[in-house]
Amino acid sequence: MAMKVIPLWTLYGLARGKATTRWCGEDAEPGQAGYLGMPRFDQAKCQQGCRECVDTCLPGAITFCPDASKQRLTVDYGRCVVCQLCVEACPTGALTSSTDWAFGSRRREDLVWTRAAASTDGMTLKREIRRVFGRSLHIRHVDAGSCNGCESELQALNNPYYNLHRFGVFFTPSPRFADLLLVTGPVTYAMRGPLLEAYEAMPDPRFVMAAGTCAVSGGTNGGGYACDNGLEELLPVDVFLPGCPPNPPAIIHALLMLLQRSPQRVQGGQIGPADEHPEDDYA
Amino acid sequence: MQFMYAWFPTGSDAPELRYVLHPGRGQTPHIWRCRSGAESPPSLAPAAPLLSWYERETTDLCGVAFRDQPVPDPLVLLPGAAAERPPLMPGPLPHLSYTPVPLPMPDLAGTTREDVQLLPFGPVRADVLESTQLAFYYIGEAILHYQPRLFFKHRGMEKRFEGLSPALGTVLAERVSGVGSVAHALAYCHALEAASRCEVPSRATWLRVLLAELERLYNHLHYLGYLCHTTTLKVGEAQGKYLEELAKQVNCQISGSRLLRGLVVPGGVRREPTLLTLAEDLVRIEHELRRYADQLAATSSHLDRLITTGVLDRQLAFDQGATGPVERASGIDRDSRRDQPYGAYDELPLSVAVRDGCDAHARQQVRVEEITHSIALIRAVLDGLPEGSLRADCRPPPGGEGLGWAETPRGTAYYAVHLDTAGRLARVKIKSPSFSNWRVFPYTVHGTNMMDYAINEASFGLTVAGCDR
Repeated sequence: MAMKVIPLWTLYGLARGKATTRWCGEDAEPGQAGYLGMPRFDQAKCQQGCRECVDTCLPGAITFCPDASKQRLTVDYGRCVVCQLCVEACPTGALTSSTDWAFGSRRREDLVWTRAAASTDGMTLKREIRRVFGRSLHIRHVDAGSCNGCESELQALNNPYYNLHRFGVFFTPSPRFADLLLVTGPVTYAMRGPLLEAYEAMPDPRFVMAAGTCAVSGGTNGGGYACDNGLEELLPVDVFLPGCPPNPPAIIHALLMLLQRSPQRVQGGQIGPADEHPEDDYA
Repeated sequence: MQFMYAWFPTGSDAPELRYVLHPGRGQTPHIWRCRSGAESPPSLAPAAPLLSWYERETTDLCGVAFRDQPVPDPLVLLPGAAAERPPLMPGPLPHLSYTPVPLPMPDLAGTTREDVQLLPFGPVRADVLESTQLAFYYIGEAILHYQPRLFFKHRGMEKRFEGLSPALGTVLAERVSGVGSVAHALAYCHALEAASRCEVPSRATWLRVLLAELERLYNHLHYLGYLCHTTTLKVGEAQGKYLEELAKQVNCQISGSRLLRGLVVPGGVRREPTLLTLAEDLVRIEHELRRYADQLAATSSHLDRLITTGVLDRQLAFDQGATGPVERASGIDRDSRRDQPYGAYDELPLSVAVRDGCDAHARQQVRVEEITHSIALIRAVLDGLPEGSLRADCRPPPGGEGLGWAETPRGTAYYAVHLDTAGRLARVKIKSPSFSNWRVFPYTVHGTNMMDYAINEASFGLTVAGCDR
């Protein structure tokens, strides 16, 4: 009975139809209903003398500045693991849950909430990308000590729903063929060497993405006797993508951002309207 | 015997050893305590082989040497790594120096065997995979000997818990093994709840079952897709991964996190999950799953690759401490949800899937059956969810301790928690199921062939993060 089933699988696959989301950037539903992303911070509601959120933040994303003349709190989304504990702890509602997930950024500073939104000059990445890569990209992923949450979401990129191949983006086994080194984890002492070797083996021009809060800043798991605090002092990072883990559309958004096919959405720690690059035509 | 660990009682430089045993169905765990004097304690590995790795880990991290340990080599610290002092000993963080040591080619007695080759694969492997190094000693297709070199991902997680408030420890427990977030948080919270003797409200225990079974659901669906990937059944792979994606989107709607993070807390659950559309979504997943599973079970090209691949016999599985679907596929009828019930499992209809095929096929069958059991459990929770509060006050007393466990999708996880005199975490021992199953796995690889390796590894469903911590 079980002999000639491969044609059945073909029929089965055809009958299932197209499962891939039409999502690509802004329009269409990316399938993330209910997602709780980075909490939003409203300085006006923040209460003097209170440090409830600071005490409940394990990775130290919220820090307290005792100098009253300046802003009291600094929120660094590059350290946030989206546990939402600060939202529960805040007595005045200055921190609220949001569905913000597109937090890819070219500059580490753009992940820090600041009163005056940072200017975006100098943010344009090398024009070379378009010229060299066309619109395609090959990625070498290196797990430098993740909890495997990031791997779970990276593996999801190739499922029929997100179907990363449709963007011309591929994972490649050899760093020799890779344009982008995508790193997860806080970088353990034992993975530091293999990670740097993978980077060295890549041909120029090469780019680096820190995917997940661990790779951006160490997160909850960095430091200690066995870990670094992410990539920042180790490799030149082109895109920072915090999240714990970043969900698949956030990863796709960050990849398209790198290829200049999608604009950066976070500036000065705030999700805002897309920045304008009139000379670029986003796919 | 389940596991052993060492800890340093407050103000002491002399470690105390703890051995944890679960004697049988319905019985509470036995904990043996042992304080060694001037003489080093004897190794129990010859009597209970599964203890070998725990003893070696204790030597690396706590500085306790075991007399007559059969393999007195470092385990958790890689060859070439040296810590100034044992990392888990109280005091400042030690500096860790590391000079990588290449894999050795063993001395082959007798004639020179130049046809025997060493393939060191990893730690950076092809595709999106976790980092670990695999050493194959092989001739042509035949694997003579296989040795995984794990612990490249050792992050020192147990040390990270020290000094934290018990409530914040939950955030960390969720990040030990991401695809086991719920079960790890549960085992950790059970330990704190045992220490504080707090009673978790029944609505919370039922919701915890729901979360734990949703976690099993998406993990097992991922497993099926990945297994099809290794047998090159392309449509089967796509469909398995698609079902996993559906399950993760359901998780997201319910909890705000695709990995179901952020709901379990000591004493209960943090907030009410959004269950409005869950019943409907389950019908959809179950409908697709049934056709999918039936077709997998009737595909000879897939089955041919699984049957007789990666054979793990019952005795070996028991002696070396296999756990979860791996042991249940080798005929061992154990499941902590039923045998040492926690939460609401003793109030719900729970079946345990057991097969005695001992091979990759049996491991697939166990997982497929567990998916249907999980869906049944989630339905039972939705039908009978009691009203009431979500959370009880859980404050473990200073100096207290507790042991907790939970059945993850990969087997039983244990957390042993000790608090200091200020009520902060002094020692947290994590016994993860992948640590147990990685210990067993090489026995199924020696003497097999290269072509079956990927299938065999996928059929075990191992994580590296959980093992390395």
